[in-house]
Amino acid sequence: MIEVNHLVKQYGVKRAVDDISFEVEKGEILGFLGPNGAGKSTTMNIITGYLSATEGTVTIDGHEILDDPTAAKKLIGYLPEFPPLYPDMTVNEYLEFVFDLKKVALPKKAHLDEICGLVRVDDVRGRLIKNLSKGYKQRVGLAEALIGNPEVLILDEPTVGLDPKQIIEIRTLVKKLGESHTVILSSHILPEVQAVCERVIVINHGLLVADGRPDELSRELSSDHKLTLRVEGPEKKVANALASIGGMEKVVQLGEREPGCFDFTVEAESGNDIRRSVFRAMASGGWPILSMRSSELSLEDIFLQLTEDPTTDNKGGAGK
Amino acid sequence: MTAIMRRELNSYFTSPIGYVYLAVFYLLCGFMYTQVIASGYSSMSYVFSYIFTFCMFLVPILTMRLMSEDRKQKTDQLLLTAPVSLTEHVMGKFLAALIVYTLGIAVTILQAFVISLYTTVNWAVFAGSFVGILLLGAACIGIGMFISSLTENQVIAAVAGFAVMLFLSLFDSLADLVSISWLKSVVLGMSFYTRFYDLTLGVLDFADIFFFLSVAAVFIFLTSRVLEKRRWS
Repeated sequence: MIEVNHLVKQYGVKRAVDDISFEVEKGEILGFLGPNGAGKSTTMNIITGYLSATEGTVTIDGHEILDDPTAAKKLIGYLPEFPPLYPDMTVNEYLEFVFDLKKVALPKKAHLDEICGLVRVDDVRGRLIKNLSKGYKQRVGLAEALIGNPEVLILDEPTVGLDPKQIIEIRTLVKKLGESHTVILSSHILPEVQAVCERVIVINHGLLVADGRPDELSRELSSDHKLTLRVEGPEKKVANALASIGGMEKVVQLGEREPGCFDFTVEAESGNDIRRSVFRAMASGGWPILSMRSSELSLEDIFLQLTEDPTTDNKGGAGK
Repeated sequence: MTAIMRRELNSYFTSPIGYVYLAVFYLLCGFMYTQVIASGYSSMSYVFSYIFTFCMFLVPILTMRLMSEDRKQKTDQLLLTAPVSLTEHVMGKFLAALIVYTLGIAVTILQAFVISLYTTVNWAVFAGSFVGILLLGAACIGIGMFISSLTENQVIAAVAGFAVMLFLSLFDSLADLVSISWLKSVVLGMSFYTRFYDLTLGVLDFADIFFFLSVAAVFIFLTSRVLEKRRWS
């Protein structure tokens, strides 16, 4: 459905996007993961035809965005990073304008009613956009992208600035939309992408660093070798027992957090899943494990891991 | 195109700009008109030559936010990613400004009609003048829109527009400073006032009409090139 070939975008000396290629199948929800300034928005702007690539091509359902822009753009619904809203219009006026702008052939009133119901902006349709809250503005932006029922939806950080309840609503909505649309969604939050997407592309500094299913990716990024534990038992003995587990590299004592219970972070050799050995070691000492969780990787850690780990192919393909 | 035009037209009248522009225009027109009537003339030509001077200074108010506002609010992302060509995009904006402008100059029809109740009006001369002022407006709107596309700040667009209009309205006086005869005729040929003056005489000269239309067309084209160029940089 979407083919991106060797995309390069050069801003002066800075390469915002550096040789990115990928394909998105019809009906797929693709997550675009990267820190701020990684080139996500630039890539999306190129896909939607807002910017032109320095090199490379983008094809939407066989229509090249540069050669056949009108046909390609008709297939795309785009929600940019800042929803492109006219503050002096009411929601209804705005959506009607977008409807006319996109030259949609569907019955106007029914179509707009349906979309407003879907993104839940029914109750603010008569209000001026400038008076809406951030969450509503975002939803009006989403409604704008949905008008005309485009086959491809490109959503640039759709949940930024929303409260947790709204975030969940939007995620659910995107998932639902994914059943009938091809979706590209960008985010700098890993769990968000994991929750919504069937496939994830990670970019950093304009480079594609990983492309795969979220579970593959999380296995790739598995931090099972790095655990945080809370154990009830004598601190010294527990620490010694942990340190004696085969493959263990580092045990850090975090001190007493509950009466009689101590926290530890332990780190084994990379790729070594030590959860079972930890359990057995503690069980044999008779010290109950009150909690055990993988140390969370921050996004920065992930990029460091993906970009610096010599076993990972830097130019994509990881996890493929 | 019609969607963009209608939205732009609406925005003139949901913001004060459209009202302020028309109010000032009608006020100035009315003032000149009473001056002409009071001094016992029945010809609208005087009114039109006054309009020439101040309409060039009012047009930047119409055009200042035409392109700059979209860029500032990032609504250009909506317009440029919609299945609309750049020409349609620019033409929609241009026509919206031209319609408001026409609403302004249309007051002269009313004025001429009032005169016609008391004495005969030379409608041919009036028509020529009206077409002249309309084409002048089209050219000025084209230029103003182009200036607006270069910046995302309305104020800069307006001030730069005033400066350019000032220069253009004084262009024919440049001719006096030039002694080389061919250069002089080039300068006069490019002078908005000289072109306009011919039309107010009731002479619908094809060259004059073509001049204004081509200025408008060139700047409409340049505006679309500015939008296109921004995608590449």
